Amino acid sequence: MSARTYKWIGTRPNRPDGADKVTGRARFGADFNMPGQLVGKVLRSPHAHALIKSIDTSAAEKLAGVKAVVTAKDFPEQENITVPAGEMQVNLRDVTRNIMAREKVLYDGHAVAAVAATTEAVAKEALALIKVEYEILPHVIDVEAAMKDGAPILHDHLRTEGVEPKPTKATNIAKRIDFAKGDVAAGFRKAEVVVERKFTTQPVHQGYIEPHAALASASEDGQVQVWSTTQGHFQVRGFCSRLLNIETSQIRVTPSEIGGGFGGKTVVYLEPVAIRLSQKSGKPVKMVMTREEVFRASGPTSAGVVEVKIGATRDGRIVAAECMVALQAGAFPGSPVGPACMCSFACYDIDDIKVVGYDVVSNRPKVAAYRAPGAPISCWGVESAIDELAIELGMDPIELRLKNAAKQGTKTHYGPTFNRIGFVETLEAAKSSPHYQTPVKRGFHRGVAAGFWFNVGADSSAAAHVGEDGTVTVISGNPDIGGSRASLAMMAAEELGVDYEKVRPVIADTSSIGFNFVTGGSRVTFATGLAVVNAVKEVVRELKIRAAKIWEVEPEAVVWENGMAKPASTNVGEFEPLSLSQLAAMAGKTGGPINGHAQLNAQGAGPGFGVHIVDLAVDHDTGIVTIDRYTAVQDVGTAIHPSYVEGQMQGGAVQGIGWALNEEYIYNAKGKLDNPGFLDYRIPVASDLPMIETVIVEVPNPSHPYGVRGVGEVPIVPPMAAVGNAIARATGIRFLDLPMSPPRVSAAIDAARPKMAAE
Amino acid sequence: MKEARYTAPETLDEAVALLASANGSGRVLAGGTDLLVQMRAGTAKPGLIVDVKKIPEMTTITEKDGSYRIGAAVSGAVIGEHEGLRKAWPGIVEAVNLIGSTQVQGRASAGGNLCNASPAADSVPAMVAAGAMVTIQGPKGRREIPAEKVNAGPGRTTLAPGEIVVSFTLPVRPRNSGDAYLRLIPRTEMDIAVVGCGVSLTMDGDRCTAARVSLGAVAPTVLLVEDAGKALVGSTLDDGALEAAAAACRAACKPIDDKRGTIVYRTKIAGVLLKRAAAIAAERARSH
Repeated sequence: MSARTYKWIGTRPNRPDGADKVTGRARFGADFNMPGQLVGKVLRSPHAHALIKSIDTSAAEKLAGVKAVVTAKDFPEQENITVPAGEMQVNLRDVTRNIMAREKVLYDGHAVAAVAATTEAVAKEALALIKVEYEILPHVIDVEAAMKDGAPILHDHLRTEGVEPKPTKATNIAKRIDFAKGDVAAGFRKAEVVVERKFTTQPVHQGYIEPHAALASASEDGQVQVWSTTQGHFQVRGFCSRLLNIETSQIRVTPSEIGGGFGGKTVVYLEPVAIRLSQKSGKPVKMVMTREEVFRASGPTSAGVVEVKIGATRDGRIVAAECMVALQAGAFPGSPVGPACMCSFACYDIDDIKVVGYDVVSNRPKVAAYRAPGAPISCWGVESAIDELAIELGMDPIELRLKNAAKQGTKTHYGPTFNRIGFVETLEAAKSSPHYQTPVKRGFHRGVAAGFWFNVGADSSAAAHVGEDGTVTVISGNPDIGGSRASLAMMAAEELGVDYEKVRPVIADTSSIGFNFVTGGSRVTFATGLAVVNAVKEVVRELKIRAAKIWEVEPEAVVWENGMAKPASTNVGEFEPLSLSQLAAMAGKTGGPINGHAQLNAQGAGPGFGVHIVDLAVDHDTGIVTIDRYTAVQDVGTAIHPSYVEGQMQGGAVQGIGWALNEEYIYNAKGKLDNPGFLDYRIPVASDLPMIETVIVEVPNPSHPYGVRGVGEVPIVPPMAAVGNAIARATGIRFLDLPMSPPRVSAAIDAARPKMAAE
Repeated sequence: MKEARYTAPETLDEAVALLASANGSGRVLAGGTDLLVQMRAGTAKPGLIVDVKKIPEMTTITEKDGSYRIGAAVSGAVIGEHEGLRKAWPGIVEAVNLIGSTQVQGRASAGGNLCNASPAADSVPAMVAAGAMVTIQGPKGRREIPAEKVNAGPGRTTLAPGEIVVSFTLPVRPRNSGDAYLRLIPRTEMDIAVVGCGVSLTMDGDRCTAARVSLGAVAPTVLLVEDAGKALVGSTLDDGALEAAAAACRAACKPIDDKRGTIVYRTKIAGVLLKRAAAIAAERARSH
């Protein structure tokens, strides 16, 4: 669909990080080591909610081989201020309490103390010697239970924000937010059909295969180096600077290759603790979480309650929509309830909308970002309700969505008016896809759902260095979680008119490139891509100046075409074109090295829309759902490297399917997590799924030179409802609660049986 | 920190003597796919590890007059590649091969699966349905007991100190016999049975002349459900007989609610799997 023709954009070259990854040479978080390093381990709370009466570390400190012990006393108190953490907001006062519990422990697995010792065995032995006296408090896990009067209160200082008059009583509801467009009561009066349902979701973990890991080395002169697996090494630097009162220039953070993040590696857990242990012991300290620690103490996404009401006329025009979203934030305020509310009805052009959101704390690990944070939760409710509406109206689910689709000029309920978006094109592509055009197989049933994500821009810095042989290094500062290095190199090659193989992208540490916001919000190919393009433009500008110098003409008389400087016209004179390598070789005589750099706050991230189609069968005796065919359709703006775009669409779909069918945290009566491992926390395995088919739609983003929109988050938004909608059509039962696991599906079918027989 | 001592004797007598001398702190290492995981998790802290993979009797499969003897430490992969077993006991082979992943199959053994004493062990219901006899050697010599008598509860066996499970002996297979094992897991692999069901049948034409049914993960130990077998014997495996056997399975269940399943769901699935496993076993019996 893209009108321009490109040499590199839209092709599928090998990724620059591929060889090292498939041969095992790539270094991930746990692969960094320093001479003399110690092993750091964390003591974690066995209780869901308890006051810390005392901590006695003296026996641990005396154990041979123990070099340092830290508790909350070793971390300065923080102000009550909120700062961005990836796509989420966090309060520093809470962050320091999350990395090391202070007055109380707030969830099973909450860090209480940490030790650095010469070996892991000694470190573990030392943890066992730390005596913590707890006063166990009543706890609350479930989001609705936490909202009730009389629920155990996590934070005595918490009052609900966004409510007038400001409440005086302590609560677990940290915030209420309201969005409105038009007059929803008037809208519903026009409705001829109304669907009203209450849906719930369970928290799900990002499920990155690589656990959190960090190595920190604090020198005697105050300088600190950190190597860690993160989606944002500048974010790590920022947090460590604030939490430990170290100037940012004193901290140098180098990101490792990353074994999955999905939003969960935009916060800090180990890094400040490792630095503090290193400062106290005088040795480098390495910390690697176990899988159990990852599940008990690192951020999943929220559980949610979503009450949806949608009204339409008989001809399928949605006239009013209302939604209440309550999201569990974990132990500290800050769930993604904002985006959940904003994304709820963003796919549709509806005159009258009202959305209310609540941010609720409970005794679970603090949530972290997870792919399109919040959106999958509200969209599970909304897209299920839209499907029910389609059934009520006897309309094809894609036609119903087409009839109400948001388009350029549609004003959203959260404020902005859409610029050029591609939801209609995406729905049309879904409708004409091979999948939707093929009749459903006997015994199988089809579900469809849509999804939206804003995508973000934000701060990026990049540089392009021309080597003496005319090859180019592209330097950026965003950890590559989805093939972004390849995309950046391709855009640089396209802009410069040279071969992709002549451009080598690297990710620089925090001291070697300017600030970059985290890899999150599907922003890197868009925003950092923009910075790379601008840096290369500066290189081109410089190259033209050098050619002009050699030819003794004005720089304006030189053009850059296909990797060469040429005279702008015959009027300029007869000159042989100068290639990049020729100009590089002469750089010393024409003004020195040729480099470009750029920094920006990228505006105009193009929103993304996706439509997913699934065919599945339900085993009515066991409740097991078998997915036979799955297609993800998405407007990606322009697919710079289509393979990695498809990979994002497939990965998001698969994570969403896991969320839909099996993933859940199981807490026992004492609030202790019962399934902290991949055996019983069931993400899908390869044999569970068919190949995920993809249809790339390209409606270029006008705010990017190559039309890029973010890709990675949209595909996790539709799957839950797509699967639920297919199950509803297979069983006649509308599932309201996730996961739709075999015992639940089986129980619902059994419960419906006598009713069906009676009908 | 106490380190475990590792030994790899080449004879059973030696292994038994070592184990008996360890004062209860000894553990047998076959494939290690349970033991090493438990040691890493800190739930097992053996003082002595007795690796039995150098003992020929425990690592070989032999056949004598139609009766197979499977060494307790034979890996799942070796069992899966054994033509004779695959033909005579496809249910046992599929059950053993369901343990873990392809990589785990290179190490995991039926003996280890039995002695780990998980009620959800996949190979055990198939062995029980097959009527496997287990040879045990200890300080007091050798004995043979039925497979269903080895486990005493989750993580507990009836083995005396120093005793080692040596091998499984499968009965001579009559003509027109077949067995099958089915388990329910929420995923398609890499999971632990929510319910497992083994069925072994002999058919005479359309009529079932012998049947043994076993259930896993529905009680503290794997169960031999004699009433379910009785409900099938003499029938043509018609719907009535299958429902009676399923009812017997449901009645035998004494499950718990846990992270892997509920009492209601496990009880229901026991009946569902019985019907499905019986159909597969019958089909195999007819074509055997």
